[in-house]
Amino acid sequence: MSLHAHLVVARPPFHLDIDLTVAAGQVVALLGPNGAGKTTALRALAGLTGLSDGHITLDDGPLHTLAAERRPIGMVFQDYLLFPHLSALDNVAFGLRCHGASRSDARRRASAWLERVGLAEHARARPRQLSGGQAQRVALARALAVEPRLLLLDEPLAALDARTRLDIRAQLRRHLADFDGATVLVTHDPLEAMVLADRLIVIENGAVVQQGTPTEVARRPRTDYVARLVGLNLHRGIAADRQVKVEEVLFNVAEHLSGPAFVAFSPAAVALYRTRPDGSPRNLWQGRIQGIERHGDNVRVHLDGPITASADITPAALADLDLTPGQQIWAAVKATETHAYPA
Amino acid sequence: MAFLVLPLAGLLIRAPWPTLAQRLAEPQVLEALRLSLVTATVATLVCLLLGVPLAWLLARVTFPGRRLVRALITVPLVLPPVVGGVALLLVLGRRGLIGQWLEATFGISLPFTTAGVVLAEAFVAMPFLVISVEGALHATDLRLEEAAATLGASRWVIFRRVTLPLVAPGIVAGAVLCWARALGEFGATITFAGNFPGRTQTMPLAVYLALETEPEAAIVLSILLLAVSVIILASLRDRWVTSP
Repeated sequence: MSLHAHLVVARPPFHLDIDLTVAAGQVVALLGPNGAGKTTALRALAGLTGLSDGHITLDDGPLHTLAAERRPIGMVFQDYLLFPHLSALDNVAFGLRCHGASRSDARRRASAWLERVGLAEHARARPRQLSGGQAQRVALARALAVEPRLLLLDEPLAALDARTRLDIRAQLRRHLADFDGATVLVTHDPLEAMVLADRLIVIENGAVVQQGTPTEVARRPRTDYVARLVGLNLHRGIAADRQVKVEEVLFNVAEHLSGPAFVAFSPAAVALYRTRPDGSPRNLWQGRIQGIERHGDNVRVHLDGPITASADITPAALADLDLTPGQQIWAAVKATETHAYPA
Repeated sequence: MAFLVLPLAGLLIRAPWPTLAQRLAEPQVLEALRLSLVTATVATLVCLLLGVPLAWLLARVTFPGRRLVRALITVPLVLPPVVGGVALLLVLGRRGLIGQWLEATFGISLPFTTAGVVLAEAFVAMPFLVISVEGALHATDLRLEEAAATLGASRWVIFRRVTLPLVAPGIVAGAVLCWARALGEFGATITFAGNFPGRTQTMPLAVYLALETEPEAAIVLSILLLAVSVIILASLRDRWVTSP
């Protein structure tokens, strides 16, 4: 019980080419910036976009040879796409009817699904009478009611306001835990991906750039995009023993490495000095302040120079240091606060 | 506004109100009215049967020559109806391309029959339906049909349970326009079906004929036709003809 797919969709100049494996009961998130090809990949899995090449295998049977309506899938669209002329109940019953259930049987099962998502009292409501969160739950019930073996979620929480999102995300997580088929989730929100998914696949420009468990990806970003998502400074350099050379800056790190390597460190680990600090702390470089912005309770200072990096300091420190954009400044990171791994 | 309303007001002002009821009850008037309503309704049904699938084809399926077909469908809209009648005669007339064969094989002759009236009206009124339905199809969210496909709906089920209900307002609006156009059809009808009372003499034909012999009767018939059109359109307009 699992999904294996090699998806190739060529629509010049866009080209998608990714491999995808999802075990039964597992949730895999496709994460990536807008236009990376996440939704195209999902549509290809659903059969709404044709494959230029590759294959899709679900539970040892080919899926790509089937038309969309013959695939054992359930899909939740970003804006839900509930049928506006049908009640919530009939929206959920629609797929069951298509799969050969009698009208009364379909209604009974749809009604049970609405109850499961906590919308029993809205069964007769038309989609336009439902709030965003309610519509999302009807869409989820509609997709799950047909008992799919592959569940596809396209930005399922993107259209919700922040307060509702938290609530719906918790519910979605519970329903996904109960679902025993494979789930592919598309999102551009790293938090959503980390909370909902067992494994992340990061896509940029139609290709997989990184994959792994949420923890692995968060700890060891491999592209600038992922580093930004998880809020780390990321640099690529050449390692020799316990040192990584990035441009002219030499980083002392805790790991033994050699050859191309990444160095990652949190902006909070960067200390700033107006004058060169005493002693000879390594991991020290001089940069220029490019910009200063509020970041939560702290202040984030963007530096360029030999390497670009962000530093988080307290507002008090900002006042003490009297920083202004364009100013030259010393930056330092303790070796224990860096994390290095092979590139 | 005045330009649109004044002629209608004139019709009402000049009406022979005292004898109106009596004139309306004349069998010839009732016969023409009945024939008009029946033929316009049947013509609308014919248009629905042929026009809705055609509109779907134009809106949803890409095929070579689609633009040409779309252009050809609007031809009856700009063609003088008389010319349409002549064209129908040439094709379906007793000596026409298809008419000759129909007569020889099935003994069917369409011109100068009630069926001929229906045919002429349908020919002229069809574009109204096709354009209205195609517009409604273009306005619906295609992704709703995709959503239906992911739920296991075949193309036919999608059409019947998603597309059709979504474009229903457009179909009704198109059918109303189509019906109104068929009711008022004159040129193609008189050319193709002639002017036989009880068989092919619809209201507009009766009005024209009466104008030459008995102008007051023409006014009465006109008012009747006006009343029928206004009542039907008014009763439907708020619900359907305004944008959904």
